[in-house]
Amino acid sequence: MWRDALLIAGKDLRIELRSKVTFNQILPFGFIVLIVFAFALDTSPDTLQMVAPGLFWLAVLISSILGVDRAIAIETHDNASDGLLVYGVDPGGIFLGKVASVFVQLFLLEIVLTIAMIVLYGPKIGGWPLVTISAVFATLGISAAGVLYSQLASSSKAKQTLLPLLLVPVASPVLLAATKSWQDAFAGSAWLVDPWLRLLIVFAVVYLALGTVFYNSILEG
Amino acid sequence: MRDLVNFKNVVVVSGNFPILTGIDFEAGPGEVVLVKGRNGAGKTSFLRAVAGLLRIARGSASVLGVDLVSNPADARHRVGLLGHDSFLYEELTARENVSFVLRATRSDTARVESSLAAVGLAGRLSELKVAVMSAGQRKKVALAALMAREPELWLLDEPHASLDSWTRDVLDSALIAAVANGSTVLVASHEPDHGALIPTRTVEIGGGKVINDVRESGSEDGAPSTKLGTGNVA
Repeated sequence: MWRDALLIAGKDLRIELRSKVTFNQILPFGFIVLIVFAFALDTSPDTLQMVAPGLFWLAVLISSILGVDRAIAIETHDNASDGLLVYGVDPGGIFLGKVASVFVQLFLLEIVLTIAMIVLYGPKIGGWPLVTISAVFATLGISAAGVLYSQLASSSKAKQTLLPLLLVPVASPVLLAATKSWQDAFAGSAWLVDPWLRLLIVFAVVYLALGTVFYNSILEG
Repeated sequence: MRDLVNFKNVVVVSGNFPILTGIDFEAGPGEVVLVKGRNGAGKTSFLRAVAGLLRIARGSASVLGVDLVSNPADARHRVGLLGHDSFLYEELTARENVSFVLRATRSDTARVESSLAAVGLAGRLSELKVAVMSAGQRKKVALAALMAREPELWLLDEPHASLDSWTRDVLDSALIAAVANGSTVLVASHEPDHGALIPTRTVEIGGGKVINDVRESGSEDGAPSTKLGTGNVA
């Protein structure tokens, strides 16, 4: 399974490097969301600094919909997912590989968006360890749930609209916990005792396990 | 003779519509079976069912000794399917696609270059992204991957479509060699001219079931034909 996961992740990342969809489309989209929120809410620096974590994770969640949709679309074109089944690739490996690929892309996106957030909103970030580790588990959770629900939605004729309907409510605990965790981090909290970080870890572990076990059933329809 | 494919009263349903309505079919090692039928008769569905890609709703089905009803995944990686979909990734080059298939199937990746060369995609052409290739070239890439895998059971859906005559000959030669090594070949085709590939049997499908099963003259023993020349089984 791990070998197949590495194979799929490597293939997907190579495809993304060539197509540059994350760089050319998803990154500008996330950046625009941050700017629009900044204009829509207030120009007061205090307000923007207060809501910065929430706006950041909202931008990430919305951008992630494009990312996970793309990850599954790679396999629906030319029925490549059938090819994976015929090649005997472990479905759990396919899931983990796709999660790894989406995770890498989202994490890079978050690094750029974090810089944009600091420039646009000017928050003072106190606890970088908590910021980093929260981002890792939040991104892992969004990637795992995203790949799982994107695969579920891919067989539907209304997949473009179904995915956000499925993913946004499911990922709302991540949005909440990552926002709270970052607010704690901005306030200088030590990461080991943050309760929101624990929720992010539980969410990521649960969805990684669910996906690894049930991806086969979803893939086989 | 041990059956590599054994379908008994197999029913496959898509939505509420039965696409295979009780297929009875068996094929042994070294057989070349031509699957004929009108458009929509169920040829493609039959090949996909043999590949383990369709859920068997009723009946019993085994491929390469593996029960397709309970455990289709165990048979799939030993089956090679060349159909209307090439299963290729457009952003990858021809070489990367073939290499990916071989690594996914745990096959020998040293065969990448030779298989691409065999279908006329050596050198610079192998570095082209599939996205910029013609339909015929894409089929060649899929064919190269299939030939490099050397599956025990070849499932070919209109394999000669989009291929030039030179590549058709390459495909036929590969199939003849595979059959000589004991592989079984199922070919769905509308074309009356199958080149060097001489079927040992012709099976006609209609309405989702086998309506005619004819063993070609000279192939009563089920032995593979390796005779080169133009065969006509229509």
